[in-house]
Amino acid sequence: MMRIALSFAAGLVFGAGILISGMANPAKVLNFFDLGGIAEGTWDPSLAFVMGGALVVTAIGYRLVLRRPAPLADARFHLPNKTVLDARLIGGAALFGIGWGITGFCPGGAVPALGLGRIEPLVFVSTMILGMIAARRIETRAPSRPRAA
Amino acid sequence: MNDFTPLSSTAGGLLIGVAAVLLMAGLGRVAGIAGIVGSLLPPLPADRGWRVAFLAGMVAAAPLLYLATGRMPEIDVPVSLPLLAVGGLVVGIGVSYGNGCTSGHGVCGMARLSKRSIAATLVFMATTAATVFVLRHVAGG
Repeated sequence: MMRIALSFAAGLVFGAGILISGMANPAKVLNFFDLGGIAEGTWDPSLAFVMGGALVVTAIGYRLVLRRPAPLADARFHLPNKTVLDARLIGGAALFGIGWGITGFCPGGAVPALGLGRIEPLVFVSTMILGMIAARRIETRAPSRPRAA
Repeated sequence: MNDFTPLSSTAGGLLIGVAAVLLMAGLGRVAGIAGIVGSLLPPLPADRGWRVAFLAGMVAAAPLLYLATGRMPEIDVPVSLPLLAVGGLVVGIGVSYGNGCTSGHGVCGMARLSKRSIAATLVFMATTAATVFVLRHVAGG
């Protein structure tokens, strides 16, 4: 119960942060990434402040938290341990950016936008989930990639 | 300049950071939204409850902000529904192969100085800007 309450609270704060920051607003996101707008005077640098604010708090907070032997409501910290830069990571990231540039929505921006009750975030999140399912299908069928034991 | 909002954007960013730290301090988990959504798809993990709760909290934020302030946050989507669907598919495939998105790599991973996350963030920021450039200044005219 404690885990559920903590997680819900974290999700709520995360969602509020996204909405207040402008990350859930595709027009604002696209105006940030439109570097051609610098010359035209339409560039909106706000999202650099979102990333900056989030990074400062997370970097300091993680440092303090990860010194502890374990989290409050779990046996251990679940941290990604891969360190290799492979084509999969780079290709996936490149593809994600293309989709973000087409729509102005990233996953963390679109989920809180679902709460606005509009059709656009719903279309984005549904097709994103389809894309995730498709990627898994392709992966489990690929003969060259041995399945993880 | 288009509605430059340094104060609300910084405030929102700080809240995102607080949430990421809270999830790590409480459950020892990275607040990567693509990862949390993706791991709720089959094959389902045993540990689903916290993921559902986190996403429910995210969706509940807009109505709760409305109750608290009397104003629904406003967004503007200058993208057609078919294009949103195409972009959604591309994002879904990309974050699956790339193991993360803006929150997982750009915030949580970069905060840990993960080499993979720094590389992924540089790459997706670059391809996002390139895509916007092409759509607005090359294709769109």
